[in-house]
Amino acid sequence: MAAPAIDPNAGLDAEPILRVEHLTMRFGGLVAVNDLSFDVARGQITALIGPNGAGKTTVFNCITGFYKPSSGRIVLMSDGALPGPAIDALTDTSMRSRRVGDGGIYLLERMPDSEIAAQARVARTFQNIRLFTGMTVLENLIVAQHNWLNRASGYSLLGLVGAKSFRDAEARAVEIAVAWLDRIGLKGRADDPAGALPYGDQRRLEIVRAMCTGPVLLCLDEPAAGLNPRESAELNELLLSIRDSNGTSLLLIEHDMSVVMEISDHIIVLEYGKKISDGTPEYIKNDPKVIAAYLGVEDEEVDDAAAELDQ
Amino acid sequence: MAEAEAKRVASDERAAFDWLGALRDAGFLGLLTLGLSFPIIAFRTRQDLWQGLVLDPRWELVTVLVAIAFTARFCWLVFGNRLAGGVQSLAERVGSTLSPLKSYTATFRLVGLAWLIAYPFLAVLFAGPGGALKWIDNFGIQILIYVMLGWGLNIVVGLAGLLDLGYVAFYAVGAYSTALLSTYFGFSFWLCLPLAGIFAALWGILLGFPVLRLRGDYLAIVTLAFGEIIRLVLINWVELTNGAAGISGIPRPTFFGLPFNASDEGFAAFFGLQFTPLHRLFFLFYLILLLALLTNWVTIRLRRLPIGRAWEALREDEIACRSLGIDTVTTKLTAFSIGAMFGGIAGAFFAARLGFISPKSFEFMESAVILSIVVLGGMGSQIGVAIAAVVMIGGTEMLRELVWLKAIFGAGFDPTQYRMLLFGMAMVAMMVWRPRGLISKREPSIVLHEKRAIGGELVKEGQG
Ligand SMILES: Nc1ncnc2c1ncn2[C@@H]1O[C@H](COP(=O)(O)OP(=O)(O)OP(=O)(O)O)[C@@H](O)[C@H]1O
Ligand SMILES: [Mg+2]
Repeated sequence: MAAPAIDPNAGLDAEPILRVEHLTMRFGGLVAVNDLSFDVARGQITALIGPNGAGKTTVFNCITGFYKPSSGRIVLMSDGALPGPAIDALTDTSMRSRRVGDGGIYLLERMPDSEIAAQARVARTFQNIRLFTGMTVLENLIVAQHNWLNRASGYSLLGLVGAKSFRDAEARAVEIAVAWLDRIGLKGRADDPAGALPYGDQRRLEIVRAMCTGPVLLCLDEPAAGLNPRESAELNELLLSIRDSNGTSLLLIEHDMSVVMEISDHIIVLEYGKKISDGTPEYIKNDPKVIAAYLGVEDEEVDDAAAELDQ
Repeated sequence: MAEAEAKRVASDERAAFDWLGALRDAGFLGLLTLGLSFPIIAFRTRQDLWQGLVLDPRWELVTVLVAIAFTARFCWLVFGNRLAGGVQSLAERVGSTLSPLKSYTATFRLVGLAWLIAYPFLAVLFAGPGGALKWIDNFGIQILIYVMLGWGLNIVVGLAGLLDLGYVAFYAVGAYSTALLSTYFGFSFWLCLPLAGIFAALWGILLGFPVLRLRGDYLAIVTLAFGEIIRLVLINWVELTNGAAGISGIPRPTFFGLPFNASDEGFAAFFGLQFTPLHRLFFLFYLILLLALLTNWVTIRLRRLPIGRAWEALREDEIACRSLGIDTVTTKLTAFSIGAMFGGIAGAFFAARLGFISPKSFEFMESAVILSIVVLGGMGSQIGVAIAAVVMIGGTEMLRELVWLKAIFGAGFDPTQYRMLLFGMAMVAMMVWRPRGLISKREPSIVLHEKRAIGGELVKEGQG
């Protein structure tokens, strides 16, 4: 058997921001995610790939609190917190999070969805775009900044009397929104309803809306689905700029290999809810098990496929 | 070629109208009417002198109904297409004549406000002091109460997208807290008014906690049940609420301590005016106008605050809201309790206006009327809700004016009994021609370059 002579973790020495350990999600008798463990590196783009029904979206839903995992631990380490005994200590208590040094550790499997977004600062997009279609593009981005704006409005009391502090905060929120719109070239459409945008723009708007919450980890569920090649090139650029200039870590589910291979630093491959491979794009590209999963060949044929590839 | 062919076929079809099919269709409807009317219309039941049941056949009536059904259906099949097209274009024309008004909103608002302020004086001017009573009380005050209730419910249903079928419960809480506080403890109306709002808001939170986890139909059913529970408590807790007999002798509101009566300390004497019951009505009219405008002002303000945007976002997509870190439970509760607060304040006004309340005023029908005002007006639209309240409440009051119809239909004819029928017909007409309400456009709450209304087809109605 010709083992690929590539180091699966070449260049991957970054510390993790998210650690998923022994995650299992059952729906009745169906095991959608089975004892899955992986890390998402801080400041990098990690891709989660796999055939249809592999359980990718289910993993996302567990991370972002929309599903409560059947078992397993999901730890988010923000602002420089590192894996260590503090996490195990926290797990033994019934608490959900704790501050460690400058950062915080969050046990996401214990938190409800809106708290994960608000406190652990994990933002996400959806496989089927979920914009507020009847609200304008700008309104979508202002709603995303709800939590701090609502505090700035004195829980509406200051806002109701039109206090200057609130007006300033709102102007700041608009500034942030406009800066993001500029980055995706939609500033001119700020006052159009989000539902009237072309599909590709809606996808990017949803990503930018998630970014307006100021996340440390951004989870994207098939951001390139339904995009044409030009749009998906623009998407690549946007994602790389989010990683590089905002320092946000990204976890993305994607079927479009041109996107995955081009921008990911690290890829995890899922099949039937189990991890079958984990490494750099170079390694994944050459992993016979991945090739077999994607080509749909039987297990015995994997070696043959690998042999063929070697030639 | 193919196009020409298609055109020819189409014109052939128009020429060869299926008369036989239309007859058959209309005949079927006639038979259906006969079948349906047989058990409910064909016999009138009454008791004879010996308490026995007598069935009076009314075959003429049945025949007339069947004939109406047949002819109406037949005419509809023959002329219906053209008629529907006409009405559709009429509705569109009305809509498009209304929409440029938006650009004059400021002027429009001023004119409207001036008209409202002048209304009681105009009523006296045109109807005389005696005739004005009815116009100010039955039309003015009555409609404004419903405008206020509609605006209050609009926060819950129109903005937050939570279907609340028990809104009248908060109206009742406001009315009963005013009645109880003023009769038991002698609180003045001006103290009761804010207290009623606070109590109703608290009840809103209390009911909201268990209820708001539900969505859509379930939410609707449970709010309906809560509305009924409150009414049943009011009926059965006789020691406190005097049960179905209601509470009377609620002190009337005073003009900063000056009662509206003929006494020497009264309002009229203080200002050296001749006493007339109109003073009280003028006062009540302006009071409810002020309260309604307050509701409107607060709603418009809140809509432009983070909380209001969160309500609308919640109506659009609750899951997306959660993914953005918005606490949906608190957001729903604020909408529910602020809506309840305005219902409670309206209830306080209602109690003080009549000086008497009973559970009869807070039946499910009231919730249904308020909800239909919101739905007909166009969910979320302030001006639409106001127009709908004028049309629906003013319309039903107008029915009382139609006594001259007795000359045509006989003395037993009571036009007000057709209120619900007209309500239903208005609803059906709306569903057919303006399914998103009179004003379905949504105004953005914040603008970067230029304000443009958003078409109703993009705006979601929420599912609870
Ligand atoms: N709420 C649920 N209830 C029951 N089964 C579910 C639920 N959500 C997902 N599943 C099942 O779990 C399995 C994994 O689904 P999932 O949506 O995670 O796949 P995926 O990898 O995202 O696929 P795709 O690439 O098609 O999006 C599927 O068999 C799906 O039917
Ligand atoms: Mg999926």
